[in-house]
Amino acid sequence: MSVMDKIRQWNWEHAIDSFPLIFKAMWLTLGLTLACYLCALALGFGWTALRSVKARWFNALVRFVMQFIRTTPPLVQLYFLFYAWPLVPYVGYSFSPLTTAILGLGIHFSTYIAEIYRSGIESVPKGQWEASIALNYSRFQQWTKIILPQALPPVIPMLGNYLIIMFKEVPLTSAIGFAGMLLVAREYAQDHWSYIEPLTIVALFFLALSYPSSLFVSKLEERMNRRFRKNEQPKGVAVE
Amino acid sequence: MIETTQERQAKETVRKKKKIAAETKPIVRYLDVTKTFGDLEVLKGINLDVMPGEKLSLIGPSGSGKTTIIRMLMTLEEPDSGIIEVEGEPLWHMEVNGNLVRADQKHLRRVRSKIGMVFQQFNLFPHMTILKNCTSAPIHVLGMNKKEAEERAMAMLERVGLADKVNNYPSQLSGGQQQRVAIARALVMEPKVMLFDEVTSALDPETVGEVLEIIRDIAKEGKMAMILITHEMDFARDIADRVVFLEDGMLTEEGTPEQIFENPQSERLQSFLARFRNGSGS
Repeated sequence: MSVMDKIRQWNWEHAIDSFPLIFKAMWLTLGLTLACYLCALALGFGWTALRSVKARWFNALVRFVMQFIRTTPPLVQLYFLFYAWPLVPYVGYSFSPLTTAILGLGIHFSTYIAEIYRSGIESVPKGQWEASIALNYSRFQQWTKIILPQALPPVIPMLGNYLIIMFKEVPLTSAIGFAGMLLVAREYAQDHWSYIEPLTIVALFFLALSYPSSLFVSKLEERMNRRFRKNEQPKGVAVE
Repeated sequence: MIETTQERQAKETVRKKKKIAAETKPIVRYLDVTKTFGDLEVLKGINLDVMPGEKLSLIGPSGSGKTTIIRMLMTLEEPDSGIIEVEGEPLWHMEVNGNLVRADQKHLRRVRSKIGMVFQQFNLFPHMTILKNCTSAPIHVLGMNKKEAEERAMAMLERVGLADKVNNYPSQLSGGQQQRVAIARALVMEPKVMLFDEVTSALDPETVGEVLEIIRDIAKEGKMAMILITHEMDFARDIADRVVFLEDGMLTEEGTPEQIFENPQSERLQSFLARFRNGSGS
């Protein structure tokens, strides 16, 4: 088959036909991405809080669980949550594909997000903790008033990167029946015996959404870098 | 002539001290306090009383444990053994059924509300304006309303000569200015004991003077007890009611500034002071 023959296989009718279906599913995919992301951001704080517990054995346990989640493929985790979890005695529960997707990807990526939080928190100088103790802030206030407002802004670009990465991982959820772009495209393909058009459209959608976002994130990164380099306190240097 | 003036001053200081001692109990008391970092025994049993309103200078070579002493009082470092009391109440311990046990957060917070500290590296909050640096703790810790806190902060900032910088961020200020803000920020909390940890060590030589001037001014007011760690010997002498010399984790000599600087007893103190006179520092 020559190249021309292959191109001739491209059928505009199928492309135009499947486009609106995939466009509609795009909103679902975007919505799911956002839900997973918010879940990961929130759970990331949970991990960070657990890791700040001083007991050594507990810390090791938390680290192990996080490592375990991070090193297992998200697809396996989704399958487990969807098919195996309901069979677990006592705690087992059957989640809908949507809930499974949010929980599964949310938990998986929360372990990465937690690392980002940690890098942000560790970049806050020790003197900031000490000043907040000297001014007698409560533990909670130390976090909310002093440490997090300094720890989070510099890692916003990194967090943004993970939003894009998660967006690209969301099609995994088609495996448990979440009707995002990929599942819709595959169903169309199977029904009409035409794979190339719907799948190409899906790929283009992902490109169109990810690429500008990644440009935006790197711009953001540049800006943050400039801002935080400027705000670093030079030791005893006059800036009058 | 000079000697007699100094003698008179010394006597006066002693008299003043005796009068204070007779009237009041120490505001801070260290009892056999020890601290070890790894293999290094930093403090080998410190016993020290500080009277209300007293200005105490802690001098000694680097690594002698001066900073550790005041960091323990600020609850930044926990002593290994011994007891630190603030107004007669243990700082790191609390009484439960007649036993002294390790203090919880609530106890620590209550007792350390009497202590304030100014750091070598200023440690201003870079994400807050100068004004907010000085109002945040009064509002959120002391529960003051915003207007009251701002008035109080403005008064303090005026006192340190930075009222025109209230809307700037710390990174826009010079080191000396930042340190003056840090002093104002600590003063706003109205501590009974104020700790100064080598507050001019990180500064450019030309801004050291302005910071020392502020501290001198506060010291004159007299209400607050102050513990100063400094390598500015003239300043230590000038400001202190009493000077304590720390060497190898022990308080080896103490006395009025005149006694310590004019008539040092131990050889080690003599050589320590000589090094400063030669201008080589510690």
